[in-house]
Amino acid sequence: MLAYIAKRLVATVPVMAVVAIVVFMMLRLTTGDPAAIIAGDNATSQDVAAIRAKLGLDRPVHEQFMIWVGRMARGDLGESFFFKKQVTELIVERLEPTVALATSTLVLAVCFAVPLGVFAAVRRGTWIDRALMGFSVLGFSVPVFVVGYLLIYLFAIQLAWLPVQGYQRIAEGFGGFLLRLILPSVTLAIVYIALIARITRTSVLEVLGADYVRTARAKGLGDLPVLARHVVRNAAVPIVTVIGLGVALLIGGVVVTESVYSIPGLGRLTVDAVLARDYPTVQAVILLFSMTYVLINLLVDLSYVLLDPRIRY
Amino acid sequence: MMRPRKHFAVFAAAAAIALMTAVTPAAAQNTLRVVMHSDLKIVDPIWTTAYIVRNHGYMVYDTLFAMDAKGDIKPQMVDKYEVSKDQKTYTITLRDGLLWHDGAPVTSEDCVASIKRWSAKDSMGQKLMTFVKELQVVNPKSFRIVLNEPTGLVLGALGKPSSNVPFMMPKRVAETDPNTQISDYTGSGPFVFKKDEWKPGDKAVYVKFDKYKARSEPPSALAGGKVVKVDRVEWRSIPDHQTAINALLAGEVDYIESPPHDLLGVLKQDSNVKLVNSNPLGNQFTMRFNVLHKPFDNPKVRQAVLYALNQEDFLKAVVGDKQWYKTCQSFFPCGSPMSSTKGMDGLLASNFSKSQALLKEAGYDGTPIVLMQSTDLAVLTNLAPVAKSLMEKGGFKVDMVSMDWQTLVARRAKKEPPTAGGWHAFLTSWVAADILNPVMMGFLNASCEKAMFGWPCDKEIESLRDQFAKETNLAKQKTIAEHAQVRATQYPTHVPLGQWYGPVAMRKTVDGTIEAPVTAFWNVTKSAR
Repeated sequence: MLAYIAKRLVATVPVMAVVAIVVFMMLRLTTGDPAAIIAGDNATSQDVAAIRAKLGLDRPVHEQFMIWVGRMARGDLGESFFFKKQVTELIVERLEPTVALATSTLVLAVCFAVPLGVFAAVRRGTWIDRALMGFSVLGFSVPVFVVGYLLIYLFAIQLAWLPVQGYQRIAEGFGGFLLRLILPSVTLAIVYIALIARITRTSVLEVLGADYVRTARAKGLGDLPVLARHVVRNAAVPIVTVIGLGVALLIGGVVVTESVYSIPGLGRLTVDAVLARDYPTVQAVILLFSMTYVLINLLVDLSYVLLDPRIRY
Repeated sequence: MMRPRKHFAVFAAAAAIALMTAVTPAAAQNTLRVVMHSDLKIVDPIWTTAYIVRNHGYMVYDTLFAMDAKGDIKPQMVDKYEVSKDQKTYTITLRDGLLWHDGAPVTSEDCVASIKRWSAKDSMGQKLMTFVKELQVVNPKSFRIVLNEPTGLVLGALGKPSSNVPFMMPKRVAETDPNTQISDYTGSGPFVFKKDEWKPGDKAVYVKFDKYKARSEPPSALAGGKVVKVDRVEWRSIPDHQTAINALLAGEVDYIESPPHDLLGVLKQDSNVKLVNSNPLGNQFTMRFNVLHKPFDNPKVRQAVLYALNQEDFLKAVVGDKQWYKTCQSFFPCGSPMSSTKGMDGLLASNFSKSQALLKEAGYDGTPIVLMQSTDLAVLTNLAPVAKSLMEKGGFKVDMVSMDWQTLVARRAKKEPPTAGGWHAFLTSWVAADILNPVMMGFLNASCEKAMFGWPCDKEIESLRDQFAKETNLAKQKTIAEHAQVRATQYPTHVPLGQWYGPVAMRKTVDGTIEAPVTAFWNVTKSAR
């Protein structure tokens, strides 16, 4: 097992190297000039050229790449072109809102989606099943920002129960922290609930027809013990896989949700950095997202061992 | 021992109290919560010309002179100034009691260093420095500007309202290389920038500078007494317009600097919100030509564009509501001292037959005009399709290329032919305060290589700009500006496409906003709901 983990961790190195090269080259190939953006609309060509030189953007691309790789090797993600701060500092500042939003979304999604999926499978073919699956299709068909605006209109403008936007750090008060997280988390969780509920239903349906479930029932076990001990545990592997894969969806959703609710997290940082062609920040954030994704996939693979004793690494 | 149900009740009550407490805005009474047009990422107003940084500059720094509501330049940090009889020496004396935010007195050495740094970056400052022989420190409160020859630029440049504004900084800060961002944000303006609370992408915070010595005159645009009437101003970063408007309606913010025109209807319906036009000069839509490449290297072809276009169509397509726009047959903003209709007869009236005749005369061969369209800034998106339609009716073939603004900014700097990644024309918008006269108006700079993108090259325009800079009499300056405008219709550098206004949206609890070409927060009050 330890050997397997070590092997997987080593395998992340070439993956991250490829991501780094692709991100670096894509940014350089993208149209737009950070120096022109920094200089402002009234700037002269000389001003833009001076800023470009200051940022090192007048050097050949391969030289810029080597400088960046050299810094990365020393653990230095560089300085943002715009914020005049180290990218590491920027990421640390923006990490809490994103982690809070992603975690609350994930908890909310799993707590609702798995029971709903199991319930739909158990009540297969009934109106409850159809209603839940209808909601599921709607959930991942409606764009996140539309859901966001509708929830804001209802709960923040009409009912005035919750704030429209913003984020409060947990250190500034747990009540405010929670209150400001409700609408963004629900907005983002709806897509996720829809996805996980559908997979849970399919997976549970498959297990419900298995011989060992029939045997358990034949032994006289009640519906709930059968579901808890035999069905859900055996259906868990595909569900956990989808939750893991859904992290990518979550990252995309975080970008939109943070913009709609004006949450100063990594998603907003990414959008701002891309629009401003802030190369060091975009490179670092994408590497961080990629690294997170790779590690979550590793955790998902490892969780199989706990969920299914037949799996061994 | 409490039973579980009782435990739950206590927990629920505690949670409810915690949540209710969280809803109550802490000390909101004296905190003005503002959504500006953009997030504050850079804080050096000399290093960049970005308007958000200029607005930050007006919070933190002060200026020697400032423009009042009539467009006149008035002393601001200056107590008095004397001009020698030969008009070649300006002796400037600072007001008593001016302090930096760290408590040190403002000195003439600080001002001289600030003027030097500003003039190294700003085009009007550079022009001014061509007349300056020497900047002399007389004593801690006075300094002299000694000129080679008289110029009418001194006060106009030092009281320039928009980017780059000659903000005064402490000598130690002003000695920073102009191409390097400052890292010490000490100013002497009415607000202190809270560096520790500044979180780019979230908020920028300013608190009242208690030791600021305001002038005794009432505020008038950027001049007069800058009396701060709130304790704290927070610039909240809400990039999504709809969210910002929802936040204003819900009372989470007090003020939105530039709500989009298409959402003004929503704001008008709310009885707690008011719309105020705080910038009477407004903004001007403009089409810029690149004169380097065929067919726009021929002035006649560019004149044909002046005949094919009309302002009303652009203004209707973007702004819509007549309350927020007006046509203005002048290169200089209507309502400003240099405004004139001289030379504009018959232009901008969509005279397509005249346009076609001019194209025929110029031997236009049907080369497609590469017209760049910015798609991500609501205020610019609709301009290019209108231009394409009108130009095609006027006999042009137009290839409209869509891109985001940042791509356009990078592409407009390219001198390559349009077929090789260059361009022929694009449309943008200027803040009227930036284009008040031939020297300030960047697009009228026709100094070839040294001109702004588009690189017009015309000795006559340059000569008129020089004459304007040397002239000290306002009436004569106006005559020169008129000549420059007439020349700009014969050798078109750009096309003025009408004036528009972006109202500020604010809660009715906010009052005292100042009418000025720049958003300012002194004199603003916020009352209880």
